Amino acid sequence: MKKALALLTIVAAVVAWSFTTAPVHNGYHVGDIARDFNLKNVKGKNVSLAGIKKAEGYIVIFTCNHCPYAIAYEDRIIALHKKYAKLGYPVVAINPNDKDVQPADSFDNMKKRAKEKKFPFVYLYDETQEIAKAYGATRTPHIYLLDKNRKVRYIGAMDDNHEDAGAVKEKYLENAIDALRAGKDIATTETKAIGCTIKWRKSDAVKPKEAVKQ
Amino acid sequence: MKIALLSTFLLVLGLPLAAQDIPYIKSDQVTAWKNSDSDTVYVLNFWATWCAPCVAELPDFEKINREYAEKGVQVILISTDFRRDVDKRVKPFLERHKLESRVVFMDETTPNNWIDLVSTEWSGAIPATLIVRKNRSFERFFEKQLHFEELEEAVQAALKN
Repeated sequence: MKKALALLTIVAAVVAWSFTTAPVHNGYHVGDIARDFNLKNVKGKNVSLAGIKKAEGYIVIFTCNHCPYAIAYEDRIIALHKKYAKLGYPVVAINPNDKDVQPADSFDNMKKRAKEKKFPFVYLYDETQEIAKAYGATRTPHIYLLDKNRKVRYIGAMDDNHEDAGAVKEKYLENAIDALRAGKDIATTETKAIGCTIKWRKSDAVKPKEAVKQ
Repeated sequence: MKIALLSTFLLVLGLPLAAQDIPYIKSDQVTAWKNSDSDTVYVLNFWATWCAPCVAELPDFEKINREYAEKGVQVILISTDFRRDVDKRVKPFLERHKLESRVVFMDETTPNNWIDLVSTEWSGAIPATLIVRKNRSFERFFEKQLHFEELEEAVQAALKN
């Protein structure tokens, strides 16, 4: 009896342990249907996925102005949009960062950056952070490839080398889009990448201790 | 003139002492720390010089390093800066902030290949911290900015475990 009790205690402990340490993964998984949104674009008008005409899918990218990892991908995102928008897969870039935590990511600075870099894609402001939360985005850049029905088909990074576009060996995202277009299974549906934490709004609006100059 | 010469001499003499060398590591080094039988509590912090929340929490890691080194705790700050920035940004940063904890550079190009080796709980956002004491099966992971109390609580839990 004692043994059984001890065993039960151990089992209970292990179960409790596995619950407390299970990966916290809120938001969408591959296969989920992603929600639409209606967010302010840098060009003034609001944009929703449903409003994008002739889309076969959507490349939703949570990104921002300040993060060096996001900046390292800017030119690649532009090239991606130029290549795939005409095939029905436009880039929909969303900045989810709170402007009080990271002033470089304010809407005005988004407009500035979009102009400087001549972004050919929409660049939307998720001011309430509701969309980033719903999707489960944790960092910038963080990519969600959706098909025509907004079903999530790929989550992760654009490719395998954030620092050097010239040294990329595997283009995870392009491979996923190409497979989707060809009606084939996507070989790699999820990847991880280093990125900047999304700057979640602080209720007490505490500023970071040290401003980082870019 | 003499003073100028003397200052130059002192400056040259002082340089090797001031410049902290940053060893480059591969992901298998992280695995080695995670699997170490040395009874050390490893506090592995992933950061970058330009990451504001990372920089904000560094003093707390430094404090842990100072107060717990003798108790078997090793703080290792693992820089995920760009490789091209190691000399021009990371090294000057270390000198400016006079960091005492051990600093290494993560010399890997493909995060997708090593993020899960650190923790499957990690999505890849920094700052991220893993506290691990292998021979007591202690492992705790945080994907957020830590404050001293929370960090110390985890370190103490690892020591008591």
